Amino acid sequence: MPGGGDPPGGGVNRIVVVGACAAGLSAAEALRREKFGGKIVLVGEEIDAPYDRPPLSKQILASQWEAERLALRPAEQIAALELDLRLGVRATGLDLASRTVLLGDSSVEYDGLIVATGVRPRRLPGSGAHVLRTLADALALRERLKPGRRLAVVGAGFLGAESASVARQLGCEVTLLEPAPVPLAQAVGVPVGEVLAQVHRDQGVCVRTGVTVTSTSPTGVQLGDGEFVTADEVLVAVGSQPNTGWLEGSGLELDDGLVCDEFSAAAPGVYGAGDVARWHNPLFGVTMRVEHRTNAAEQGMAAARNLLRGSDARPFAPVPYFWSDQYGLKIQAHGYLRGHDAVEIVDGDLESRRFMAAYRTGDRLTGVLSLGMPPKAIRPWRQAVAAGTAWSVSETLTTR
Amino acid sequence: MSLKVEFDEPKCVAAGQCVMVAPDLFDQRDEDGVAIVLDDSPSPDQYDEAREAAAVCPAAAIRLVEG
Ligand SMILES: Cc1cc2nc3c(=O)[nH]c(=O)nc-3n(C[C@H](O)[C@H](O)[C@H](O)COP(=O)(O)OP(=O)(O)OC[C@H]3O[C@@H](n4cnc5c(N)ncnc54)[C@H](O)[C@@H]3O)c2cc1C
Ligand code: SF4
Repeated sequence: MPGGGDPPGGGVNRIVVVGACAAGLSAAEALRREKFGGKIVLVGEEIDAPYDRPPLSKQILASQWEAERLALRPAEQIAALELDLRLGVRATGLDLASRTVLLGDSSVEYDGLIVATGVRPRRLPGSGAHVLRTLADALALRERLKPGRRLAVVGAGFLGAESASVARQLGCEVTLLEPAPVPLAQAVGVPVGEVLAQVHRDQGVCVRTGVTVTSTSPTGVQLGDGEFVTADEVLVAVGSQPNTGWLEGSGLELDDGLVCDEFSAAAPGVYGAGDVARWHNPLFGVTMRVEHRTNAAEQGMAAARNLLRGSDARPFAPVPYFWSDQYGLKIQAHGYLRGHDAVEIVDGDLESRRFMAAYRTGDRLTGVLSLGMPPKAIRPWRQAVAAGTAWSVSETLTTR
Repeated sequence: MSLKVEFDEPKCVAAGQCVMVAPDLFDQRDEDGVAIVLDDSPSPDQYDEAREAAAVCPAAAIRLVEG
Protein backbone atom coordinates (compact mmCIF):
# COMPACT_ATOMS: atom_id res chain seq x y z
CA MET A 1 0.00 0.00 0.00
CA PRO A 2 1.73 3.23 -1.10
CA GLY A 3 2.38 5.57 1.79
CA GLY A 4 1.46 2.85 4.29
CA GLY A 5 4.20 3.80 6.75
CA ASP A 6 3.81 7.55 6.39
CA PRO A 7 2.28 9.85 9.03
CA PRO A 8 -1.54 10.05 8.98
CA GLY A 9 -2.66 11.21 5.58
CA GLY A 10 0.94 11.00 4.30
CA GLY A 11 1.15 10.18 0.61
CA VAL A 12 -2.53 10.98 0.20
CA ASN A 13 -2.99 14.05 -1.95
CA ARG A 14 -6.33 13.48 -3.54
CA ILE A 15 -9.38 11.88 -1.96
CA VAL A 16 -12.43 11.08 -4.02
CA VAL A 17 -15.78 10.73 -2.23
CA VAL A 18 -18.58 9.22 -4.32
CA GLY A 19 -22.11 10.03 -3.14
CA ALA A 20 -22.85 13.58 -1.98
CA CYS A 21 -25.42 13.19 0.75
CA ALA A 22 -25.29 12.62 4.50
CA ALA A 23 -22.41 10.12 4.52
CA GLY A 24 -20.37 11.68 1.72
CA LEU A 25 -20.64 15.22 3.07
CA SER A 26 -19.84 14.05 6.58
CA ALA A 27 -16.69 12.35 5.24
CA ALA A 28 -15.62 15.48 3.36
CA GLU A 29 -16.16 17.65 6.45
CA ALA A 30 -14.27 15.24 8.67
CA LEU A 31 -11.30 15.23 6.28
CA ARG A 32 -11.07 19.01 6.63
CA ARG A 33 -11.58 18.92 10.41
CA GLU A 34 -8.66 16.48 10.51
CA LYS A 35 -6.63 19.12 8.63
CA PHE A 36 -6.38 17.23 5.36
CA GLY A 37 -5.09 19.95 3.03
CA GLY A 38 -5.14 18.00 -0.23
CA LYS A 39 -7.78 17.89 -2.90
CA ILE A 40 -11.23 16.47 -2.15
CA VAL A 41 -13.39 15.54 -5.13
CA LEU A 42 -17.03 15.02 -4.09
CA VAL A 43 -19.05 13.33 -6.83
CA GLY A 44 -22.84 13.09 -6.62
CA GLU A 45 -25.40 11.90 -9.12
CA GLU A 46 -28.16 14.21 -7.90
CA ILE A 47 -28.04 17.79 -9.08
CA ASP A 48 -29.20 19.21 -5.72
CA ALA A 49 -26.71 20.37 -3.12
CA PRO A 50 -26.42 17.76 -0.31
CA TYR A 51 -29.81 17.49 1.38
CA ASP A 52 -31.46 15.58 4.17
CA ARG A 53 -33.84 12.68 3.54
CA PRO A 54 -35.74 11.98 6.80
CA PRO A 55 -37.96 15.09 6.44
CA LEU A 56 -39.06 13.86 2.98
CA SER A 57 -41.58 11.44 4.53
CA LYS A 58 -42.44 13.91 7.30
CA GLN A 59 -42.40 17.71 6.96
CA ILE A 60 -41.98 17.78 3.16
CA LEU A 61 -44.77 15.31 2.44
CA ALA A 62 -46.99 17.17 4.90
CA SER A 63 -46.19 20.48 3.14
CA GLN A 64 -44.94 21.92 6.44
CA TRP A 65 -41.52 22.72 5.00
CA GLU A 66 -40.36 23.92 1.64
CA ALA A 67 -37.46 22.17 -0.07
CA GLU A 68 -34.91 24.87 0.89
CA ARG A 69 -35.02 23.70 4.51
CA LEU A 70 -33.53 20.34 3.53
CA ALA A 71 -30.07 21.66 2.72
CA LEU A 72 -27.60 19.87 4.97
CA ARG A 73 -25.35 22.94 5.15
CA PRO A 74 -25.65 26.57 4.07
CA ALA A 75 -23.91 27.25 0.76
CA GLU A 76 -21.09 29.22 2.41
CA GLN A 77 -20.20 26.29 4.67
CA ILE A 78 -19.95 23.98 1.68
CA ALA A 79 -17.82 26.58 -0.12
CA ALA A 80 -15.50 26.81 2.91
CA LEU A 81 -14.64 23.12 2.49
CA GLU A 82 -12.92 23.98 -0.81
CA LEU A 83 -14.19 20.91 -2.57
CA ASP A 84 -13.98 19.96 -6.19
CA LEU A 85 -17.77 19.42 -6.11
CA ARG A 86 -19.18 17.55 -9.08
CA LEU A 87 -22.94 17.37 -8.81
CA GLY A 88 -25.07 15.73 -11.48
CA VAL A 89 -22.16 13.38 -12.20
CA ARG A 90 -22.44 9.62 -11.88
CA ALA A 91 -19.57 7.27 -11.12
CA THR A 92 -19.75 4.45 -13.66
CA GLY A 93 -16.83 2.23 -12.74
CA LEU A 94 -13.76 1.70 -10.61
CA ASP A 95 -10.27 0.51 -11.51
CA LEU A 96 -8.54 -0.46 -8.28
CA ALA A 97 -5.17 -1.13 -9.90
CA SER A 98 -4.80 2.36 -11.35
CA ARG A 99 -6.82 3.96 -8.53
CA THR A 100 -9.25 5.54 -10.95
CA VAL A 101 -12.97 6.25 -10.68
CA LEU A 102 -14.72 6.30 -14.05
CA LEU A 103 -17.22 9.10 -14.57
CA GLY A 104 -18.86 8.22 -17.88
CA ASP A 105 -16.61 9.74 -20.51
CA SER A 106 -14.09 11.12 -18.04
CA SER A 107 -12.33 9.77 -14.97
CA VAL A 108 -10.60 10.89 -11.80
CA GLU A 109 -7.63 9.35 -10.01
CA TYR A 110 -7.44 9.04 -6.24
CA ASP A 111 -5.05 8.22 -3.43
CA GLY A 112 -7.98 7.54 -1.13
CA LEU A 113 -11.59 6.66 -2.00
CA ILE A 114 -14.77 6.81 0.08
CA VAL A 115 -17.84 5.05 -1.29
CA ALA A 116 -21.07 6.65 -0.02
CA THR A 117 -23.56 5.94 -2.81
CA GLY A 118 -26.49 4.98 -0.59
CA VAL A 119 -29.40 2.84 -1.73
CA ARG A 120 -32.30 3.04 -4.17
CA PRO A 121 -35.87 1.82 -3.68
CA ARG A 122 -36.90 -1.63 -4.72
CA ARG A 123 -39.75 -1.55 -7.19
CA LEU A 124 -42.55 -3.89 -8.16
CA PRO A 125 -43.60 -4.99 -11.65
CA GLY A 126 -46.09 -2.69 -13.35
CA SER A 127 -46.35 1.04 -13.72
CA GLY A 128 -47.81 4.16 -12.18
CA ALA A 129 -46.39 3.71 -8.67
CA HIS A 130 -44.52 6.25 -6.58
CA VAL A 131 -41.37 5.49 -4.62
CA LEU A 132 -39.91 7.78 -1.97
CA ARG A 133 -36.18 8.36 -1.85
CA THR A 134 -35.39 11.70 -3.45
CA LEU A 135 -36.71 15.22 -3.14
CA ALA A 136 -38.31 14.87 -6.57
CA ASP A 137 -40.09 11.69 -5.41
CA ALA A 138 -41.46 13.49 -2.34
CA LEU A 139 -42.66 16.51 -4.29
CA ALA A 140 -44.37 14.32 -6.88
CA LEU A 141 -46.20 12.35 -4.19
CA ARG A 142 -47.24 15.35 -2.10
CA GLU A 143 -48.74 16.97 -5.18
CA ARG A 144 -51.20 14.04 -5.26
CA LEU A 145 -52.11 13.76 -1.58
CA LYS A 146 -55.36 15.68 -1.45
CA PRO A 147 -58.26 15.09 0.96
CA GLY A 148 -60.45 12.18 -0.11
CA ARG A 149 -57.93 10.67 -2.50
CA ARG A 150 -57.26 6.97 -2.08
CA LEU A 151 -53.64 6.01 -1.43
CA ALA A 152 -52.41 2.41 -1.36
CA VAL A 153 -49.09 2.00 0.44
CA VAL A 154 -47.29 -1.25 -0.32
CA GLY A 155 -44.99 -2.19 2.56
CA ALA A 156 -45.56 -1.24 6.19
CA GLY A 157 -41.93 -0.62 7.12
CA PHE A 158 -40.97 2.71 8.68
CA LEU A 159 -41.04 4.53 5.35
CA GLY A 160 -44.47 3.19 4.36
CA ALA A 161 -45.85 3.75 7.85
CA GLU A 162 -44.64 7.35 8.07
CA SER A 163 -46.07 8.12 4.63
CA ALA A 164 -49.40 6.52 5.57
CA SER A 165 -49.46 8.64 8.71
CA VAL A 166 -48.89 11.89 6.79
CA ALA A 167 -51.40 10.98 4.07
CA ARG A 168 -54.03 10.16 6.67
CA GLN A 169 -53.46 13.45 8.44
CA LEU A 170 -53.92 15.18 5.08
CA GLY A 171 -57.33 13.54 4.77
CA CYS A 172 -56.53 10.76 2.30
CA GLU A 173 -58.15 7.32 2.43
CA VAL A 174 -55.18 5.07 3.13
CA THR A 175 -54.72 1.32 2.72
CA LEU A 176 -51.49 -0.15 4.08
CA LEU A 177 -50.60 -3.53 2.54
CA GLU A 178 -48.04 -5.76 4.20
CA PRO A 179 -47.01 -9.35 3.37
CA ALA A 180 -45.92 -10.22 6.93
CA PRO A 181 -48.57 -11.16 9.51
CA VAL A 182 -47.39 -8.30 11.76
CA PRO A 183 -45.85 -5.13 10.34
CA LEU A 184 -42.24 -4.43 11.36
CA ALA A 185 -42.02 -7.70 13.31
CA GLN A 186 -38.60 -8.38 11.78
CA ALA A 187 -37.30 -4.99 12.80
CA VAL A 188 -38.86 -4.37 16.22
CA GLY A 189 -40.56 -7.60 17.28
CA VAL A 190 -44.19 -8.75 17.30
CA PRO A 191 -45.59 -6.85 20.33
CA VAL A 192 -44.24 -3.48 19.21
CA GLY A 193 -45.25 -4.14 15.59
CA GLU A 194 -48.78 -4.93 16.74
CA VAL A 195 -49.04 -1.70 18.70
CA LEU A 196 -47.87 0.33 15.72
CA ALA A 197 -50.39 -1.42 13.43
CA GLN A 198 -53.15 -0.63 15.93
CA VAL A 199 -52.13 3.03 16.03
CA HIS A 200 -52.69 3.15 12.26
CA ARG A 201 -56.04 1.38 12.53
CA ASP A 202 -57.20 3.81 15.23
CA GLN A 203 -56.38 6.65 12.87
CA GLY A 204 -58.61 5.14 10.20
CA VAL A 205 -55.97 3.46 8.03
CA CYS A 206 -57.07 0.16 6.51
CA VAL A 207 -54.17 -2.11 7.54
CA ARG A 208 -54.10 -5.39 5.63
CA THR A 209 -51.46 -7.90 6.65
CA GLY A 210 -50.50 -11.21 5.07
CA VAL A 211 -51.19 -9.90 1.57
CA THR A 212 -48.78 -10.04 -1.34
CA VAL A 213 -48.84 -7.37 -4.01
CA THR A 214 -47.72 -8.78 -7.35
CA SER A 215 -47.92 -5.65 -9.50
CA THR A 216 -49.02 -2.04 -9.60
CA SER A 217 -50.97 -0.02 -12.12
CA PRO A 218 -52.14 3.60 -12.36
CA THR A 219 -55.50 2.53 -10.90
CA GLY A 220 -54.36 0.35 -8.01
CA VAL A 221 -52.52 -2.80 -7.03
CA GLN A 222 -52.92 -6.45 -7.93
CA LEU A 223 -52.80 -8.91 -5.04
CA GLY A 224 -51.42 -12.45 -5.25
CA ASP A 225 -54.83 -14.01 -4.58
CA GLY A 226 -56.38 -12.30 -7.61
CA GLU A 227 -58.01 -9.38 -5.81
CA PHE A 228 -57.46 -5.88 -7.19
CA VAL A 229 -57.29 -2.98 -4.71
CA THR A 230 -58.37 0.25 -6.39
CA ALA A 231 -56.45 3.42 -5.52
CA ASP A 232 -55.81 6.84 -7.00
CA GLU A 233 -52.15 6.72 -6.01
CA VAL A 234 -49.80 3.87 -5.15
CA LEU A 235 -46.65 4.18 -3.06
CA VAL A 236 -44.25 1.24 -3.12
CA ALA A 237 -42.11 1.10 0.03
CA VAL A 238 -40.75 -2.43 0.00
CA GLY A 239 -37.14 -1.83 0.97
CA SER A 240 -34.07 -0.84 -0.95
CA GLN A 241 -31.02 -2.02 -2.85
CA PRO A 242 -27.49 -0.71 -2.33
CA ASN A 243 -26.10 1.41 -5.18
CA THR A 244 -23.12 -0.81 -5.96
CA GLY A 245 -23.71 -1.39 -9.68
CA TRP A 246 -20.77 0.87 -10.54
CA LEU A 247 -18.46 -1.31 -8.42
CA GLU A 248 -19.31 -4.58 -10.13
CA GLY A 249 -16.26 -6.26 -11.64
CA SER A 250 -13.91 -3.93 -9.71
CA GLY A 251 -12.71 -6.72 -7.44
CA LEU A 252 -14.34 -5.20 -4.35
CA GLU A 253 -16.55 -7.65 -2.47
CA LEU A 254 -20.26 -6.92 -2.89
CA ASP A 255 -22.88 -8.74 -0.85
CA ASP A 256 -26.04 -6.69 -0.29
CA GLY A 257 -23.76 -3.68 0.03
CA LEU A 258 -20.05 -2.93 -0.16
CA VAL A 259 -18.38 -5.35 2.23
CA CYS A 260 -16.08 -3.56 4.69
CA ASP A 261 -14.04 -4.65 7.70
CA GLU A 262 -14.32 -3.26 11.23
CA PHE A 263 -12.41 -0.14 10.14
CA SER A 264 -14.95 0.51 7.38
CA ALA A 265 -12.27 -0.41 4.84
CA ALA A 266 -13.15 -2.35 1.70
CA ALA A 267 -9.59 -2.48 0.29
CA PRO A 268 -6.37 -0.58 0.97
CA GLY A 269 -7.25 3.11 0.64
CA VAL A 270 -10.92 2.36 -0.10
CA TYR A 271 -13.62 2.89 2.52
CA GLY A 272 -17.41 2.57 2.61
CA ALA A 273 -19.90 4.67 4.60
CA GLY A 274 -23.62 5.07 5.10
CA ASP A 275 -26.52 3.05 3.70
CA VAL A 276 -24.35 1.35 1.06
CA ALA A 277 -21.79 -0.12 3.47
CA ARG A 278 -21.98 -3.54 5.07
CA TRP A 279 -19.32 -3.62 7.75
CA HIS A 280 -18.29 -5.73 10.67
CA ASN A 281 -19.41 -4.01 13.87
CA PRO A 282 -17.16 -5.42 16.60
CA LEU A 283 -19.48 -4.15 19.36
CA PHE A 284 -22.10 -6.70 18.29
CA GLY A 285 -19.73 -9.16 16.61
CA VAL A 286 -21.82 -9.20 13.44
CA THR A 287 -21.76 -7.80 9.96
CA MET A 288 -24.45 -5.18 9.48
CA ARG A 289 -25.73 -2.63 7.01
CA VAL A 290 -28.00 -0.02 8.53
CA GLU A 291 -30.10 2.59 6.76
CA HIS A 292 -30.13 5.15 9.55
CA ARG A 293 -29.42 8.82 9.25
CA THR A 294 -27.11 9.00 12.26
CA ASN A 295 -25.02 6.11 11.02
CA ALA A 296 -24.44 7.88 7.72
CA ALA A 297 -22.86 10.85 9.50
CA GLU A 298 -20.89 8.75 11.99
CA GLN A 299 -19.57 6.27 9.46
CA GLY A 300 -18.65 9.03 7.01
CA MET A 301 -16.55 10.53 9.79
CA ALA A 302 -15.00 7.22 10.79
CA ALA A 303 -14.13 6.33 7.19
CA ALA A 304 -12.47 9.71 6.66
CA ARG A 305 -10.43 9.46 9.83
CA ASN A 306 -9.35 5.89 9.24
CA LEU A 307 -8.33 6.72 5.70
CA LEU A 308 -6.00 9.42 7.05
CA ARG A 309 -4.80 7.43 10.06
CA GLY A 310 -3.50 4.44 8.10
CA SER A 311 -2.09 1.96 10.61
CA ASP A 312 -3.59 3.95 13.52
CA ALA A 313 -7.12 3.24 12.30
CA ARG A 314 -9.80 2.66 14.94
CA PRO A 315 -12.64 0.16 14.70
CA PHE A 316 -16.03 1.63 13.87
CA ALA A 317 -18.17 0.19 16.68
CA PRO A 318 -21.27 2.36 17.08
CA VAL A 319 -24.58 1.66 18.76
CA PRO A 320 -26.95 2.15 15.79
CA TYR A 321 -29.74 4.66 16.38
CA PHE A 322 -32.91 5.54 14.51
CA TRP A 323 -36.08 7.45 15.10
CA SER A 324 -39.42 7.59 13.35
CA ASP A 325 -42.37 9.97 13.71
CA GLN A 326 -45.93 8.73 13.17
CA TYR A 327 -49.08 10.65 14.20
CA GLY A 328 -47.04 12.79 16.54
CA LEU A 329 -45.63 9.72 18.31
CA LYS A 330 -41.87 9.45 18.45
CA ILE A 331 -40.21 6.06 18.16
CA GLN A 332 -36.54 5.89 19.09
CA ALA A 333 -34.32 2.83 19.03
CA HIS A 334 -30.72 2.22 19.97
CA GLY A 335 -28.82 -0.96 19.24
CA TYR A 336 -29.12 -3.86 16.85
CA LEU A 337 -32.64 -5.22 17.12
CA ARG A 338 -32.62 -7.40 14.02
CA GLY A 339 -32.58 -11.12 14.74
CA HIS A 340 -33.28 -10.64 18.46
CA ASP A 341 -34.32 -13.68 20.51
CA ALA A 342 -36.68 -11.94 22.92
CA VAL A 343 -38.27 -8.60 23.64
CA GLU A 344 -39.56 -7.41 27.01
CA ILE A 345 -41.41 -4.28 28.06
CA VAL A 346 -39.27 -2.73 30.78
CA ASP A 347 -41.05 0.57 31.43
CA GLY A 348 -44.59 1.85 30.81
CA ASP A 349 -47.00 -0.46 28.99
CA LEU A 350 -48.12 -1.30 25.47
CA GLU A 351 -51.78 -0.36 26.07
CA SER A 352 -51.01 3.24 26.97
CA ARG A 353 -48.58 3.53 24.05
CA ARG A 354 -45.91 4.85 26.32
CA PHE A 355 -43.29 2.21 26.83
CA MET A 356 -39.71 1.10 26.59
CA ALA A 357 -38.85 -2.31 25.15
CA ALA A 358 -35.55 -4.12 25.70
CA TYR A 359 -34.19 -6.68 23.21
CA ARG A 360 -32.15 -9.76 24.04
CA THR A 361 -29.91 -11.58 21.60
CA GLY A 362 -28.19 -14.62 23.11
CA ASP A 363 -27.56 -13.61 26.71
CA ARG A 364 -26.93 -9.97 25.94
CA LEU A 365 -28.93 -6.75 25.93
CA THR A 366 -28.58 -5.71 22.27
CA GLY A 367 -31.19 -3.01 21.84
CA VAL A 368 -33.81 -0.77 23.33
CA LEU A 369 -36.79 1.00 21.79
CA SER A 370 -39.04 3.67 23.23
CA LEU A 371 -42.42 4.95 22.10
CA GLY A 372 -43.93 8.12 23.47
CA MET A 373 -41.48 8.20 26.39
CA PRO A 374 -39.33 11.19 27.36
CA PRO A 375 -36.21 10.63 25.24
CA LYS A 376 -33.87 11.05 28.20
CA ALA A 377 -35.29 7.94 29.87
CA ILE A 378 -33.67 5.80 27.20
CA ARG A 379 -30.14 7.05 27.86
CA PRO A 380 -29.10 4.63 30.65
CA TRP A 381 -30.34 1.79 28.46
CA ARG A 382 -28.32 3.00 25.54
CA GLN A 383 -25.24 3.10 27.76
CA ALA A 384 -25.98 -0.46 28.84
CA VAL A 385 -26.21 -1.58 25.19
CA ALA A 386 -22.93 0.22 24.45
CA ALA A 387 -21.27 -1.52 27.38
CA GLY A 388 -22.32 -4.96 26.09
CA THR A 389 -24.30 -5.59 29.28
CA ALA A 390 -25.51 -9.11 30.01
CA TRP A 391 -29.30 -9.49 29.89
CA SER A 392 -29.46 -10.66 33.50
CA VAL A 393 -27.57 -7.57 34.66
CA SER A 394 -29.71 -5.20 32.55
CA GLU A 395 -32.76 -6.27 34.53
CA THR A 396 -31.54 -4.09 37.38
CA LEU A 397 -32.32 -1.07 35.16
CA THR A 398 -35.96 -2.08 34.92
CA THR A 399 -38.24 0.41 36.61
CA ARG A 400 -41.46 -1.53 36.60
CA MET B 1 -11.57 33.98 15.95
CA SER B 2 -14.67 33.10 17.91
CA LEU B 3 -17.29 30.43 17.42
CA LYS B 4 -20.99 30.88 17.96
CA VAL B 5 -23.53 28.04 18.18
CA GLU B 6 -26.81 28.61 16.33
CA PHE B 7 -29.60 26.14 16.95
CA ASP B 8 -32.59 25.62 14.63
CA GLU B 9 -34.96 24.19 17.23
CA PRO B 10 -37.85 23.14 14.95
CA LYS B 11 -35.43 20.88 13.07
CA CYS B 12 -34.25 19.04 16.17
CA VAL B 13 -35.40 15.39 16.28
CA ALA B 14 -34.35 14.85 19.90
CA ALA B 15 -31.71 12.31 19.00
CA GLY B 16 -29.38 13.44 21.77
CA GLN B 17 -26.22 12.83 19.72
CA CYS B 18 -25.07 16.37 20.53
CA VAL B 19 -25.34 15.69 24.26
CA MET B 20 -23.26 12.56 23.91
CA VAL B 21 -20.35 14.28 22.15
CA ALA B 22 -20.58 17.72 23.80
CA PRO B 23 -22.23 17.42 27.22
CA ASP B 24 -20.89 20.82 28.33
CA LEU B 25 -22.55 22.59 25.44
CA PHE B 26 -25.86 20.75 25.04
CA ASP B 27 -28.57 19.15 27.14
CA GLN B 28 -32.04 17.82 26.30
CA ARG B 29 -35.38 19.02 27.66
CA ASP B 30 -36.88 16.48 30.01
CA GLU B 31 -40.33 16.35 28.46
CA ASP B 32 -39.60 15.98 24.74
CA GLY B 33 -35.85 15.58 24.42
CA VAL B 34 -35.40 18.66 22.24
CA ALA B 35 -31.90 20.02 22.65
CA ILE B 36 -31.02 23.01 24.83
CA VAL B 37 -27.89 24.99 24.11
CA LEU B 38 -26.10 25.38 27.45
CA ASP B 39 -23.40 27.64 26.09
CA ASP B 40 -23.64 29.26 22.67
CA SER B 41 -20.14 30.74 22.90
CA PRO B 42 -17.85 27.78 23.52
CA SER B 43 -14.31 28.41 24.67
CA PRO B 44 -11.49 27.53 22.23
CA ASP B 45 -10.82 24.22 23.99
CA GLN B 46 -14.45 23.27 23.29
CA TYR B 47 -14.33 24.04 19.56
CA ASP B 48 -13.61 20.44 18.57
CA GLU B 49 -16.55 19.21 20.63
CA ALA B 50 -18.83 21.84 19.12
CA ARG B 51 -17.77 20.91 15.59
CA GLU B 52 -18.26 17.23 16.30
CA ALA B 53 -21.78 17.92 17.63
CA ALA B 54 -22.72 19.92 14.54
CA ALA B 55 -21.36 17.13 12.35
CA VAL B 56 -23.19 14.25 14.06
CA CYS B 57 -26.55 15.99 14.48
CA PRO B 58 -28.86 13.93 12.22
CA ALA B 59 -31.16 16.89 11.64
CA ALA B 60 -28.53 19.45 10.66
CA ALA B 61 -30.02 21.59 13.43
CA ILE B 62 -26.72 22.84 14.84
CA ARG B 63 -24.83 25.48 12.95
CA LEU B 64 -21.53 27.04 13.89
CA VAL B 65 -20.77 30.56 12.85
CA GLU B 66 -17.15 31.66 12.91
CA GLY B 67 -16.63 35.30 13.64
C1 LIG C 1 -38.06 9.26 3.04
C2 LIG C 1 -36.99 8.82 4.00
C3 LIG C 1 -37.17 8.96 5.37
C4 LIG C 1 -36.19 8.57 6.28
N1 LIG C 1 -36.40 8.73 7.61
C5 LIG C 1 -35.46 8.36 8.49
C6 LIG C 1 -35.65 8.52 9.89
O1 LIG C 1 -36.70 8.99 10.33
N2 LIG C 1 -34.67 8.13 10.74
C7 LIG C 1 -33.51 7.60 10.28
O2 LIG C 1 -32.63 7.26 11.08
N3 LIG C 1 -33.26 7.44 8.96
C8 LIG C 1 -34.22 7.80 8.05
N4 LIG C 1 -33.99 7.64 6.70
C9 LIG C 1 -32.72 7.05 6.26
C10 LIG C 1 -31.63 8.11 6.03
O3 LIG C 1 -32.13 9.17 5.28
C11 LIG C 1 -30.46 7.47 5.31
O4 LIG C 1 -29.89 6.54 6.19
C12 LIG C 1 -29.39 8.46 4.87
O5 LIG C 1 -29.89 9.36 3.95
C13 LIG C 1 -28.21 7.72 4.25
O6 LIG C 1 -27.28 8.61 3.75
P1 LIG C 1 -26.20 8.15 2.67
O7 LIG C 1 -25.38 9.36 2.42
O8 LIG C 1 -25.56 6.90 3.10
O9 LIG C 1 -27.04 7.74 1.37
P2 LIG C 1 -27.98 8.65 0.38
O10 LIG C 1 -28.65 9.67 1.23
O11 LIG C 1 -28.76 7.66 -0.34
O12 LIG C 1 -26.93 9.35 -0.53
C14 LIG C 1 -26.24 8.69 -1.55
C15 LIG C 1 -26.06 9.63 -2.72
O13 LIG C 1 -25.19 9.00 -3.66
C16 LIG C 1 -25.69 9.23 -4.96
N5 LIG C 1 -25.20 8.17 -5.87
C17 LIG C 1 -25.66 6.91 -5.98
N6 LIG C 1 -24.98 6.23 -6.92
C18 LIG C 1 -24.05 7.10 -7.42
C19 LIG C 1 -23.04 6.99 -8.41
N7 LIG C 1 -22.82 5.86 -9.07
N8 LIG C 1 -22.28 8.09 -8.67
C20 LIG C 1 -22.49 9.25 -7.98
N9 LIG C 1 -23.43 9.39 -7.03
C21 LIG C 1 -24.20 8.33 -6.75
C22 LIG C 1 -27.18 9.22 -4.78
O14 LIG C 1 -27.81 9.87 -5.87
C23 LIG C 1 -27.34 9.94 -3.45
O15 LIG C 1 -27.46 11.32 -3.65
C24 LIG C 1 -34.98 8.01 5.78
C25 LIG C 1 -34.79 7.85 4.39
C26 LIG C 1 -35.78 8.25 3.51
C27 LIG C 1 -35.57 8.07 2.02
S1 SF4 D 1 -28.13 15.98 17.87
FE1 SF4 D 1 -29.38 17.44 16.72
S2 SF4 D 1 -31.36 16.48 16.58
FE2 SF4 D 1 -30.27 15.44 18.21
S3 SF4 D 1 -30.85 16.49 20.11
FE3 SF4 D 1 -28.98 17.43 19.37
S4 SF4 D 1 -29.67 19.13 18.11
FE4 SF4 D 1 -31.45 17.82 18.40
